Amino acid sequence: MSAATVVNPVSGVAGRFGAYGGRYVPETLMAALEELEVAYAEAEADPAFHVELDGLLHHYCGRPTPLYYAKRLSEQLGGAKIYLKREDLLHTGAHKINNALGQGLLAQRMGKQRIIAETGAGQHGVATATVCALLGLECVIYMGDEDMRRQELNVYRMRLLGADVRGVSGGSATLKDAISEAMRDWVTNVRSTYYILGSALGAHPYPTMVRNFHRVIGIEARQQVLEMEGKLPTAIVACVGGGANAIGAFYEFLPDANVQLIGVEAGGRGTALGEHAARFQTAGGGVPGVLQGTYSYVLQNDAGQVSLTHSVSAGLDYASVGPEHAMLHDSGRATYVSCNDADALAATVTLSRTEGIVPALESAHAVAEAIRLAPTMATTDVLMVNLSGRGDKDMGILARELNLQGALAHAD
Amino acid sequence: MPINFAKKPGIVAYLTAGDPDLASTKSIALAAIDAGADVIELGVPFSDPLADGPVIQRASERAVAKGTRLTDVLGLAKELRTERPACGLVIFSYLNPVVRLGMEKFCAAAAEAGADGVLLTDMIVEEAGEYLESMRVHGLAPIFLAAPTSPDARLKAIARASKGFVYAISRVGVTGTQQQVAGDASELVARLRQFTELPIAVGFGISNAAHVKAVGEFADAAIIGSALVALIEKTAPEQAAAAVGAFIAGLRG
Repeated sequence: MSAATVVNPVSGVAGRFGAYGGRYVPETLMAALEELEVAYAEAEADPAFHVELDGLLHHYCGRPTPLYYAKRLSEQLGGAKIYLKREDLLHTGAHKINNALGQGLLAQRMGKQRIIAETGAGQHGVATATVCALLGLECVIYMGDEDMRRQELNVYRMRLLGADVRGVSGGSATLKDAISEAMRDWVTNVRSTYYILGSALGAHPYPTMVRNFHRVIGIEARQQVLEMEGKLPTAIVACVGGGANAIGAFYEFLPDANVQLIGVEAGGRGTALGEHAARFQTAGGGVPGVLQGTYSYVLQNDAGQVSLTHSVSAGLDYASVGPEHAMLHDSGRATYVSCNDADALAATVTLSRTEGIVPALESAHAVAEAIRLAPTMATTDVLMVNLSGRGDKDMGILARELNLQGALAHAD
Repeated sequence: MPINFAKKPGIVAYLTAGDPDLASTKSIALAAIDAGADVIELGVPFSDPLADGPVIQRASERAVAKGTRLTDVLGLAKELRTERPACGLVIFSYLNPVVRLGMEKFCAAAAEAGADGVLLTDMIVEEAGEYLESMRVHGLAPIFLAAPTSPDARLKAIARASKGFVYAISRVGVTGTQQQVAGDASELVARLRQFTELPIAVGFGISNAAHVKAVGEFADAAIIGSALVALIEKTAPEQAAAAVGAFIAGLRG
């Protein structure tokens, strides 16, 4: 029996993406997940919910975000025309607000007054703290100690917005440990608390719900590229931590078999287990398993202990990946490559200096892949990058890594 | 089947296997059995124990750092079965180490080791089709958790899928000690009782003789976990077995 068949879907279990997904949680949470599933389905079917959400996405968050032709970058690379879907221009600086707002409205609709969330890079924490301030909800954010250190500006933003940011010291003190601690809080306060999970991860209905709140990215991008180029893109590139921005960008294009979908994982600083967060890379140590409620690829040792991970980007530094990506990987509909720390940093500099756009280190992984890919493509090809967030939060890391404190580094 | 609670209330002792090391876990388990524990739950340490409080988290971390593997825990079960044929033995694990070994292979190995039952913390009844089939083939008792938040329909399914006993969680939350047995517990046991003749054991926060006595008034057995693990944590390894034996002996008052 292969690992992939161990978890056998039984009839009536929703939330499967091929063999992946499902619900693997302590029984105490099951009633809450069932309640959430019903409430989400009702909200999804209620036009009034969408009117409110769409109104806030437009007036409060700034949707639709532009699709921007990166002319200087494209010309410099001498291949495909590169378009950036500017999720970095959204309120709070990343795609995360799409989902945080959707789930925040859902929590309010369910009468939950206390919100908890995990955060890695701090972008989901900031988005959640923002939504809680907007809706008048109590907000507790769990964040690994290591991430609090390296994304300190976002910690201040969350506190300014009124959130209680709680450090998590267990494991690698990063995103995975923050999710575990958020789940412990939820299991303890399940009757009063709504958990706004920030990526397309976790137990059903989260992967489906989070993807649906981010579908707007692909819906807009599809219309925009058709207007601007009169055709669909040759390829779409997005970074993949849990995979929320990527699945949001990919989803509307799944039926378009000639549009290549490329997810970029964090290659970190090496291929050995513990040095990266590339769950899909051959020999990287990622095999199907169960972590934090869902069945998907998990970086682990041969005893089934989940591996530590490394990435310069806190938002990609996670041992598992959304189950829908696991399905798209196995089916071959999407391909998953990796980009190491150094290339992501170099891409940050390149995009900053050719286009005047400072990407988040997460998004820089997608930019790096576009920089690699574009010159291999024809000038008639269209390469779309989901620029999921902006890099303001990363200034501390960038100052150190790029030696920006002293004499300014020259490009290249 | 050695899972039976002849004395009331029964005592189920949870130990994180490999904390502080496997040889110590063996002598601690033997002492617990000899002091009156009816069932030993051998906890498989896991890197991400999201249902556990700080005490068992720390124990898991220590045991994982020692390199304790699921197969080691099954080896320990086999030694305990050989030395104490009448004691109940349950393998208690998060799902991922089992998935990594392979469900069918795991169930075969657990049966071969002489385990009576298995409890998988993050396995719910709806997802358990293949697990239940492998457990049935190998004559093992699947033990499921029932929670105070579980509606009756779920309790019914849990009771139906379980063998050996049903594990009733005394309160919402993670594992760990508390001052008194939560009011949730007796209500949950009463609801569960409508659906099963199986023994019902109550766990989470049961840490002293008063708690055990309170549980004995409405359930068949009390499960002691974090209190034992904390005792082992603060006791020198060579004295841990004697300390656990004395603690268990004192639980029935």
